[in-house]
Amino acid sequence: MITIRNMNKTFHLKSGDVEALKDVSLDIRDGSVYGVIGYSGAGKSTLVRCLNLLEFPDSGTMTVGDSGEIKIVNGKPFKDGRLMTSKELNVMRRGIGMIFQHFNLLDRSTVFNNIAYPLRHTGRSRAEIEARVKELLELVGLTDKIDVYPSQLSGGQKQRVAIARALADNPKILLSDEATSALDPDATESILNLLKDLNDKLGITIVIITHEMAVIKTIADRVAVMEEGSVAEEGSVYDIFASPQAAITKRFISTASPLGKIDKLIAEGSELVRLAPGEVLVKLIFQKDCVGDHILTTAARECAFDLNVVLANVEQLQGNPLGGMIGKLSGEEENIRAGIEFLAKHHVVTEVIKDGRVH
Amino acid sequence: MEEFIKNAAPSLYTYRDRFFTSCRATFEMFWKAGLIAFVIGLIFGTILVVTKRGGIKHNTVIYQVTNLIINIFRSIPFIILLIFLIPLTRAVVGTAINVKGAILPLVFGTVPFYTRQVEVALSGVDEGKIEAARSMGSGTFGLIFRVYLHEAVPDLIRVTTVTAISLIGLTTMAGAVGAGGIGSFAINYGQNQNHPDIVNVCVIVLLVVTFILQSLGNLLARKTTNRGLFTVRHRK
Repeated sequence: MITIRNMNKTFHLKSGDVEALKDVSLDIRDGSVYGVIGYSGAGKSTLVRCLNLLEFPDSGTMTVGDSGEIKIVNGKPFKDGRLMTSKELNVMRRGIGMIFQHFNLLDRSTVFNNIAYPLRHTGRSRAEIEARVKELLELVGLTDKIDVYPSQLSGGQKQRVAIARALADNPKILLSDEATSALDPDATESILNLLKDLNDKLGITIVIITHEMAVIKTIADRVAVMEEGSVAEEGSVYDIFASPQAAITKRFISTASPLGKIDKLIAEGSELVRLAPGEVLVKLIFQKDCVGDHILTTAARECAFDLNVVLANVEQLQGNPLGGMIGKLSGEEENIRAGIEFLAKHHVVTEVIKDGRVH
Repeated sequence: MEEFIKNAAPSLYTYRDRFFTSCRATFEMFWKAGLIAFVIGLIFGTILVVTKRGGIKHNTVIYQVTNLIINIFRSIPFIILLIFLIPLTRAVVGTAINVKGAILPLVFGTVPFYTRQVEVALSGVDEGKIEAARSMGSGTFGLIFRVYLHEAVPDLIRVTTVTAISLIGLTTMAGAVGAGGIGSFAINYGQNQNHPDIVNVCVIVLLVVTFILQSLGNLLARKTTNRGLFTVRHRK
């Protein structure tokens, strides 16, 4: 379990103070994949670097895995009322793996030596280290690259080595700071699959920082959306996608959903979204309890309106279907109103995007 | 060969024993002062990188003091440093003349320059690697030896080569305190006694040594970029 309470961090720069974390509180369950999304400068990297105390927050309390409660007072970490020593900090960090956007492998060390890095000077024998490294290479699927240098690897392979290195000391938590942001789509997918796999197989808790909603959609169970140092919204990935509340969340989702195109169509004044008088452009979200039913046709039949589909999409999120559609409703004003009510009653989230009715 | 030298550089042939003694003196000054300066410069350069603002063990006092010492000695021309240090040299090694008396000033003349170069080389190590090593629980010494000094090897080789070549330049001035060497041989026997062939040969010898050092440095730097010098292979 990772628990953060009232965490604050301000950077004092020459150009002024930057509040990177403002009263952030989060709970991350053991064995889950937790996403933190935000634009650059939202404070998400600071948050993740505070989790293993690479960066000291100014104030707050936190428990990370079996670290025990750590209280931050005036930018210094205390445990059991005592200032943590650098040795204690290093022991704590060893229990938390971390991977990075630019992999950060040692260029002058072979894959073997990179992965062996956290294992050396820990009292393990040479044979133990070798056995563990080989086991890790098997886990990430790079057994044939043991004696190769990072410069001879592709981006995706480098990240696999970095993952193996982060896992070497059997951490219970893995922090991923934009780990797929420098990779091409294929490599991104394979790395995300690997992370998901490790989460299933080892039960390791993964905290994944990203600016791409697609990454969250693929892998995370829960997500926190960050904006200007605060958590704007937090919840299960399905709920966040099905009914986003904060404006920033809606923006992120429109980047990851085909329905997001509608804003562009409206802005361009496309023929597709031009409304005749009396027509209404609506967005309908079908959640897991109503996808697959014929609510829409029933509604159209019972309330006697017509529907012209502009955009539609169904996707699987955490194994559950989520449908979305944008369409033009036409017919008698009364019928349209009744139709929208009917849909809302049957748990279809309905949002009027553009209204051509005369009031 | 001997006939050829006799004809091509007759005065050099006459003073050949002195020439060899001079070469030996230069060589002795070079490796003794070089070795000491190498170790001290590496330590000072590391201290600067580690203690600077934003370094892994930020310490303003140590940084500023080291920085000040380096700057002071860097701004004194070597020929003046050589005579300025005579009392200190005498106190430390017992004499201020000969090769023995030249080592200390040579170290003082080389360390500031080399320290700056080491600082630049170590600063070139990607911050991300340091961060990754910290996330794996490495302490200050781990970061210095396993990341900074390990990853900066090619750059350290390059700056060491540059410094070694400039050290040879400095040894030629050590004649001022009677240390002998190729520099004073060229002045005393070549210039002052009007034997241009001696000056020419001294130039050629220095050129060849410089060329060899530079080539060796380039080769080693290339062999250590993005790889270790030796790779241990594992059974699959």
